[in-house]
Amino acid sequence: MPARTPGRTDGRTPAPGAANAPDPAPAQDPARAAAEEHFEATLAREQRIEPRDWMPDGYRRTLVRQIAQHAHSEIIGMQPEGAWITRAPSLRRKAVLLAKVQDEAGHGLYLYSAAETLGADRQDLTERLVDGRQKYSSIFNYPTLSFADVGVIGWLVDGAAICNQVPLCRSSYGPYARAMVRVCKEESFHQRQGYELLMTMMRGTQAQREMVQDAVDRWWWPSLMMFGPPDADSPNTAQSMAWRIKRHTNDELRQRFVDMTVPQAEKLGVTLPDPELRWNEERGHHDFGTPDWDELKRVISGGGPCNAERVERRRAAHEDGAWVREAAAAHAAKQAERSRRAGKEQAA
Amino acid sequence: MRNEWPLYEVFVRGKRGLNHVHVGSLHAADDRMALTHARDVYTRRNEGVSIWVVRSDAIAASAPDEKDPFFEPSGDKVYRHPTFYDIPDDVPHI
Repeated sequence: MPARTPGRTDGRTPAPGAANAPDPAPAQDPARAAAEEHFEATLAREQRIEPRDWMPDGYRRTLVRQIAQHAHSEIIGMQPEGAWITRAPSLRRKAVLLAKVQDEAGHGLYLYSAAETLGADRQDLTERLVDGRQKYSSIFNYPTLSFADVGVIGWLVDGAAICNQVPLCRSSYGPYARAMVRVCKEESFHQRQGYELLMTMMRGTQAQREMVQDAVDRWWWPSLMMFGPPDADSPNTAQSMAWRIKRHTNDELRQRFVDMTVPQAEKLGVTLPDPELRWNEERGHHDFGTPDWDELKRVISGGGPCNAERVERRRAAHEDGAWVREAAAAHAAKQAERSRRAGKEQAA
Repeated sequence: MRNEWPLYEVFVRGKRGLNHVHVGSLHAADDRMALTHARDVYTRRNEGVSIWVVRSDAIAASAPDEKDPFFEPSGDKVYRHPTFYDIPDDVPHI
């Protein structure tokens, strides 16, 4: 096993491997009971848990898994749209797309930074991603076949991400909540640039309108799947909500997304590909069809159209960059050595 | 080969007149790279006019488990607050 990053002297990092260790202390230990009580009371007061606070191992594990998956999604999420940067139809669209993909990288870094406050090791997280031991959002395993996909990803995929992420700004873990505040501010640009792109195409030729509709047809159901399996099939939701990591269930957020998106689709002049989609006066919400949950399971477990390609691309980028990381570290060591020697000579 | 860049904490001054505030962390090979990475990661939209970076392992911090005794000395000194003192309502400017 490779050496881990040494713990920080401020002690905010727990011992290596702590995130995966079973709870060592029995519940009747009075110090442990007091710590647990303090943790629960902090949650009950709607205050944030901060990195060096005592927290149950399950809470830490759940957060590391969720934040890492979230970070990986941002990083892998650069690929589907990044593929269109060189083919964007104008300098304006190219600049916008570059900025958006750069933001996704930034979001990944905010989130990795939050995961590291829990004792996760950065290089270990990257290795888990490229080895397929940690997952990322299923949505990025679908191909981007036309430039309209860039618009639809901004509108639907980033729209769904915003629905998911806005409540996470109130997540009980401080560094995660703070990262989400930054992410949400920037996602708004992502969604608006996508919708504007689609409005422009809808004002164009019949062929362009058909491209937009085709992209909507392909991305609608995968977007609904971004909220995860239905509540009945989501065993971790109750605990995550009790810990106030999550604020709403998958189905609640999915419903919110559908209700928000239907009027936007009407305004745009596209049809959402769901014959069961209609307003339900009694519920005050739209009824909609059931996503293909078998497809979600298939894509999550590696059987989507682009899973292998996405992970391979990430692995290649990581391996191709190794010499740069090593050269920079060697340069830094040399410079540090030089200034140490210069300091000694001056002192002599 | 494991050759991980050290972790830095990043502090950004949002505008003149404000303190630097902690915004997150990043990995960099040296101080200079930490500054340019901090600029790219944390100030893509004019969020800052000045950045500090400091190696995470150089930060000393109070421990959360000594929280009560550590901050306890200020807990019982209500006379340090202006509201501790009763002044009649008709005394002006105080």
